[in-house]
Amino acid sequence: MKIAGFFLLLAGWALVAATLALLGSAAARTGFVLAGIGVEIVGMILVARSHLPVREDRD
Amino acid sequence: MTSSGAGVSETASALCFALILLVPFAMAGLALINTGLGRSRSAAHSMMASLMAVAIAALVYFVIGFSWQGFAGGPVHTLSVGGKPWNWIAAEPFFMRGLQFDGSSSSLIVLLQIFSVGLAALIPLGAGADRWRLGAICASTALLAGLTYPLFANWVWGGGWLSQLGANYGLGYGFVDAGGSSSIQVVGGLTALSLAWILAPRRGKYSAEGMPAAVPGHNAVLVALGCFLATVGWCGLNSAGAILFAHGEADGCVLVTLNTLLAGASAGLTAAAITQVRFGKPDASLTVNGWIGGLVASSAACAFVKPAAAVLVGIIAGALVTFAVEWLEFELKVDDPGGAISVHAVSGIWGVLAVGIVAHFPTGYSIAGSDSGQWLSQLIGIATLMGFVLPMTYGLNWLLNRVYPQRVDIEGERQGMDLHELGADAYPDFVTHADEFIQR
Repeated sequence: MKIAGFFLLLAGWALVAATLALLGSAAARTGFVLAGIGVEIVGMILVARSHLPVREDRD
Repeated sequence: MTSSGAGVSETASALCFALILLVPFAMAGLALINTGLGRSRSAAHSMMASLMAVAIAALVYFVIGFSWQGFAGGPVHTLSVGGKPWNWIAAEPFFMRGLQFDGSSSSLIVLLQIFSVGLAALIPLGAGADRWRLGAICASTALLAGLTYPLFANWVWGGGWLSQLGANYGLGYGFVDAGGSSSIQVVGGLTALSLAWILAPRRGKYSAEGMPAAVPGHNAVLVALGCFLATVGWCGLNSAGAILFAHGEADGCVLVTLNTLLAGASAGLTAAAITQVRFGKPDASLTVNGWIGGLVASSAACAFVKPAAAVLVGIIAGALVTFAVEWLEFELKVDDPGGAISVHAVSGIWGVLAVGIVAHFPTGYSIAGSDSGQWLSQLIGIATLMGFVLPMTYGLNWLLNRVYPQRVDIEGERQGMDLHELGADAYPDFVTHADEFIQR
């Protein structure tokens, strides 16, 4: 889950960067930048969940 | 290499030098806050670690950091993407060779940056308090000052691709951050988050059911004093940043300083009011953290907002810090004794976003661009912080942890970092020596 989360973080950023190079219209750029940030948020959720302490680690 | 291409007047140059000399107060402030919010048995270790972090950051930045950050107009490595030039890393010589330290804008940028990287290096110490080994702090700081910080700072302040978004794609004036909400604060805050995850919570912080135990800071006076000192330092940081990175003039520093103070004050009051309403009494540590969060959020837009907007930025930052601290501790089980993630990462991201919402750029602003699309530039910057900087800083610290475990062993945590790593307590008078009470 952690690796998938970080992959999504990078994928979201790649989507944002690719949007700048590939799309010309302001509306399309805005939409894809927001979509990229959405992908990053999903990635953050996965990374955060993968770091929740498991019972065995606690005192 | 004597000019950044955007020179400053002699008056602004002299004022800028004086303002930069205030930045160490922000470092002292953060060090005191981190120490006061930690346990008493790790207090000396915390201050020692702060000194070490600033020292390592300065030296590593001197050797390699600046060569990759550079400044706008200096030599860079460029990619051509869709026919547009993307500057992605500077190509200055190592050891700052070739620079002339003569009061030019480029030399002032170097001076400000060497303090700024030290400030960024102090931020993760708050999240790793009571369990982060001194050697690992030095190694992690070297990674931050040598790789993560210079790369992102180049993109924002060194003429990199984020700052070119306006010229290349018509997105406002490109990514704008006058005082370092992103390149100093969010970079430091995301490193703090990575380390809090890698180090895992302190023993005894969470029960078997996952409920957090309160581990209060040991000295509220140090924390409050740190807040006062940080405010002085932030006024210098934001004003110098406005002159060097937002092409401001000396007379603009009054507004920048006023905005900085108002944002911090309104954020502190907001945090105090929220904790008063929720818990019946204002919480000192959250009030201080809220105040610092306001300072952090003020940095990005400090040169481009009116005082009323700075108050609004501060109020939202204060509220964000208060709720983020609780959310991280209770929901995400992130043990962050100093509140570094909420204060620097969360507030910093809000500060960056605020540029796109409340900033007004002066007519004839000297950077190429337009008034439309600024908020999209800011969003792209935030996406880069979350999608590139966080994986990078986590990956570097994860690798470091594989070769050099960053967390202290069980005995060290029980004994306290002072005794375990330094061999002496910060407050030796507090120690009860049993043998002193044995009748002879």
